[in-house]
Amino acid sequence: MIRGNDANPGHLRGGDLTKLLHILFDSRSRRALVAVTLLVLGAVSACGSGAGKEILVDGSSTVFPISQAVAEEFRKERPDIQVPVGISGTGGGMKRFVTGGIDVADASRRIKDSEREEAAANGIEFTEFTIAYDGLSVVVNSSNDFVSCLTVDELKRIWEPGSNIKKWSQVRDGFPDKPLRLYGPDTDSGTFDYFTRVINGEEDASRSDYTASSDDNVLVQGVSGDPGGMGYFGFAYYTENREILNVLGVDGGSGCVKPTVSSINDGTYSPLSRPMFIYVNNAALQREHVLAFVTFYLKNAAELAEEVGFVGLPDSEYQSQLDELN
Amino acid sequence: MSSSKITTQNRQRSHNVRFWRVWRDRLFVFGFVMAIVVGILGLAALLFDVLIDGLPFLNLNFLSSYASRHPLESGILAPLAGTIWIVGLTALLTIPIGVGTAIYLEEFASKNRLNRLVELNIANLAGVPSVIYGLLGLAVFVQFLFNGSRNVTAGALTMTLLVLPIVVIASQEAIRAVPSSYRDAAFAMGANRWQVVKTVVLPQALPGMMSGIILALSRAIGESAPILIISSLVWVTFVPVSPDSKFTVLPLQIFNWISQPQHDFRGIAAAAIIVLLAVLLSMNGVAIWIRSKYQVRPEQ
Repeated sequence: MIRGNDANPGHLRGGDLTKLLHILFDSRSRRALVAVTLLVLGAVSACGSGAGKEILVDGSSTVFPISQAVAEEFRKERPDIQVPVGISGTGGGMKRFVTGGIDVADASRRIKDSEREEAAANGIEFTEFTIAYDGLSVVVNSSNDFVSCLTVDELKRIWEPGSNIKKWSQVRDGFPDKPLRLYGPDTDSGTFDYFTRVINGEEDASRSDYTASSDDNVLVQGVSGDPGGMGYFGFAYYTENREILNVLGVDGGSGCVKPTVSSINDGTYSPLSRPMFIYVNNAALQREHVLAFVTFYLKNAAELAEEVGFVGLPDSEYQSQLDELN
Repeated sequence: MSSSKITTQNRQRSHNVRFWRVWRDRLFVFGFVMAIVVGILGLAALLFDVLIDGLPFLNLNFLSSYASRHPLESGILAPLAGTIWIVGLTALLTIPIGVGTAIYLEEFASKNRLNRLVELNIANLAGVPSVIYGLLGLAVFVQFLFNGSRNVTAGALTMTLLVLPIVVIASQEAIRAVPSSYRDAAFAMGANRWQVVKTVVLPQALPGMMSGIILALSRAIGESAPILIISSLVWVTFVPVSPDSKFTVLPLQIFNWISQPQHDFRGIAAAAIIVLLAVLLSMNGVAIWIRSKYQVRPEQ
């Protein structure tokens, strides 16, 4: 780490530091330094003139692409307003939202009672908007041709805590005696929370002997490279990789339904369709530019959400939320 | 008769010993070369992979536009500017504090138990996970010092805490490597302690200190975890204009792009990695240039 020859006895060049200072601050360098400083200051003031109104958005990294898309399009209409978007996670965003630190919270789940209480204690009133759906997709390897649909009960037997299913033949009679290996989001993920709640009946209750990752692309790699693999993640990660994955239909009691834009949109892909929310501070909504942003959000959410891999709500639901807003 | 037999045996044995010594020597050299090859091959594979993925996406537009939901229209202007702000401010804060701490500990502080404890603590701080510094920065700088403002200064202060131990330890080593006879000579000429430090120790230790500073700033430029906590922003459509501006940095943008489902985002993430490497290398290039310019070459 340290250059050894520093220790070697050598001839001393005293005043090297002063020399260094001289080089940095001799007259020519000083003039250059002044020029650069002026240039930077000029650039800064040129950029700085745009500093106007700001809307702070933070929260779920799952909802992020939708909010980014909306902010990007909104900026074209209202370039005077800055809308920086963060990815603190649903919980992290909520923590800032209930103390009034941000105007809009992205959330991949409903606000918790504890967060509601905290907001009330801080005098924060808010409005909840549902902006899009995500269809959690259960996928298997593309070479898997014996399974095209699983019931909620079968999914539960595979994923519930203490499950000892290690082979496909244990899932259903008639399936081959091939190993079954599982891939899923890690326990911090909102996808994990939702899946365990609707499939296993209790939030966060899941077997733990599966390959977990916070990066869904890692799960895609895992399932697509493992002939006996099975996993679940957001709809966008399936649609972007449909050539290398097989998606399974899920039978929630009324027949087998595969996740598609229309089955997620009309609610027939149940129970694995989950809503995405934004929470907006009511005090912030009183400001014209925040109201304009949220209105823009609801008017364009369907189209923009589908562009980034989510599914819009039925039009009437956006309309009723817009009515509520005005 | 028997004595000459013993001599031959001895000669044979010493020949065997020498033979094995030579081979053991070669074996170790081979082992060390292989150790280097593993590291270099790993780095080469990584660079090759990043260049293949990222080069097609790298153009002037990529450097001068803001992020977008369309990967091909996306750029890194905001995170690039944020990274330069963070590294610049961190350098400004870290170098005087780190070097000052090292000078005090090595040249002025008495070697008592308290100072040994301080040194031990600094060494331990170098091993604390960066997320912890992020949480500390959020509590102390953002919430307490800046009243909730998640600005570049809070980010740079957090990074300063993170990399200070590296600068302090490296600078201490560099100062220790200055032979004490130099100091004695200067004292004998009637110099006081500060004059000795200024005219003898610092110029001698400067190259070693630069190595530590390079390492420290390289670490600061690549960290994403503390910045995720301090700033959390990945969609920013402005360049930080003052120490009080909001910001994002390249590693955070790369992290966000890599986790997107659309394939092209991985391409622009690779392109952003190339830019990050370029910033890192040019920064280090300047430091290495300063170091070699002031390296004292032992005279033959």
